[in-house]
Amino acid sequence: MTTPTLPIARSRLRRSLGFTERLDVPRRLSLAAAAFVVLMVGLLLSFITWNGVQLFAHSGVPLSEIFSGTWHPDPSTQSAAIFGLLPFILGTLFVMVIAALISMPLSVGLALFMAEVAPRWARSITQPAMEVFVGIPSVVYGWLGLTVLVPFLRTNLHDLGFTVGFSLLAGALVLSLMILPTITSVALDAFVTVPGEMRGASLALGTTRWQTIRHVVLPAARSGVITAVVLGMMRAAGEALAVQMVIGNRPVIPTSLAQPMTTLTSQITLDMGNTVNGEAWNEALWTMGLILLLISLGFVVLVRRLSRPAKVKP
Amino acid sequence: MISPFPTRIRVLGLAAVLAAAACSGGGTPTTNPTANSAATQAAGSCVDGSITASGSTALQPLVDAAGKAYTKLCPNSTVNVQGGGSGTGLTQVLGGAVQIGDSDVTAESKLATPDANSLVDHVVARQGWVMVINTGVTGVTNLTTQQARDIWTGVTTNWKAVGGPDQAIVLIIRPASSGTRATLKKIVLGGADEAAGQALTEDSNGAVTTAVQSTPGSTSVIGFAFYQANKANLTALQLDGIDATVDNMTNGSYKLQAFGHMYSKGQPDGLTKAFLDYMLSDSVQHTLIPSLFYAPAQ
Repeated sequence: MTTPTLPIARSRLRRSLGFTERLDVPRRLSLAAAAFVVLMVGLLLSFITWNGVQLFAHSGVPLSEIFSGTWHPDPSTQSAAIFGLLPFILGTLFVMVIAALISMPLSVGLALFMAEVAPRWARSITQPAMEVFVGIPSVVYGWLGLTVLVPFLRTNLHDLGFTVGFSLLAGALVLSLMILPTITSVALDAFVTVPGEMRGASLALGTTRWQTIRHVVLPAARSGVITAVVLGMMRAAGEALAVQMVIGNRPVIPTSLAQPMTTLTSQITLDMGNTVNGEAWNEALWTMGLILLLISLGFVVLVRRLSRPAKVKP
Repeated sequence: MISPFPTRIRVLGLAAVLAAAACSGGGTPTTNPTANSAATQAAGSCVDGSITASGSTALQPLVDAAGKAYTKLCPNSTVNVQGGGSGTGLTQVLGGAVQIGDSDVTAESKLATPDANSLVDHVVARQGWVMVINTGVTGVTNLTTQQARDIWTGVTTNWKAVGGPDQAIVLIIRPASSGTRATLKKIVLGGADEAAGQALTEDSNGAVTTAVQSTPGSTSVIGFAFYQANKANLTALQLDGIDATVDNMTNGSYKLQAFGHMYSKGQPDGLTKAFLDYMLSDSVQHTLIPSLFYAPAQ
């Protein structure tokens, strides 16, 4: 938005500028950086899309086949190759949603605590703790999951169907821990940006702190909190290693939390080294990558819609 | 790249002739120190330079050890060894990214015919797999091929059926695209499918080993070297009454084995050829290979 007086002011300013100022190196540099990023994203999208459609274009697999539940990439004496990707797509969506459901109350609660409740000293503990959380490599989460969580589920929830421990729940639990710092930090930003005047006004009306949080802070930060959760889910969808270590990697459509299953990322990492370019199996992995990309693009669109400021009612 | 090969090869050729002469001389020991060192060189076939081999993680320990031994013999040559999986090795050697592609499976089984024909196969070793079970499963020491097939195809689902305790069988295996699975499918399953959606899949031999150690009633198939490193925590099974040992693999009586392939694009030359020749030399085939729990190619 420009005010009517700005162009005049700008042209006056320009006359007084020296050569280097007029060259405006910082502006050009940042423009080049922006153009580079856009170009990279464009190239990446077209590269993955091109490779992702080869399963249909090159190997002639019908599009409908990928929505089947049968993953049988290696032809055998009994059956030809079938590239049903539904187990992976559903697996990814399931772990993502369940991890977010587990993580959301914890992380939003933690963010609220840090923003609204914690005294300074408590914040000086929780803040670095969060940063440590972010810094832990995913293989460590996976290793902990494999050596602690999986045996725990097997021993303690054996009667609930966790016969081997490797399960959808194990994957979701590990992921929920991993996305905790993401959701917390974005939600914290949302709470901190709620103007202090609103809290002041609310408290001046005689509300308790909880009532202020419940009726003022949370509604005001609503879109920010939802954005935080969606970003957490995106992180969950993209995580491969830690999930792969605890989920069991069984390519079937999941029917219970106790069942081993698999995800798009997990299957890609399992098979990519052992397949060759141009093989239908390898092309199916690219298609999985494309689907993953489409899922995250969907989430980007969602985040942008949600983070739009809410319309003020008259 | 500047190629110093022609003169070098001529020198080596001469050295080889000298070496052959020295050998065919029978009991006559050569006294010429120059000829002696040339002969040593011929045995090592030193060619300066640097090459990269990538691919099969099952072959990686062997190629890596051989590469290091070769560099020790010929300090001016370097053999870089990377993993990545058989598919990666075949793709990279085909694309010219590496000079040697290591693979557990034949190029013909993975690549389109014209591509496969452009690669030259060098069988350098045989590698074996052991059927292992969780140590909690007692009373099972041997499986016939038929019993193993029934277990892996989901016909047999309880250890009781093969003489073990009344406990459900948990199948844990490496990815379907791995050499382990390809070998199991070919030799034990006779090309049939494993029980669909029954097995748990783990990415690496290490992860499979950990999973079998900790999961009651579980069974898997792992590489010889991985079994040797985790002997104390796993129970190995005989296949058709034959122990999974390097000796039994070497004499062919142990069936669960496959060739280790090293592919070059076209006929190898220079250091690539020298290194591939070294892989087939006696010191690698009969000393290094058994020490790493592989069997000689022949």
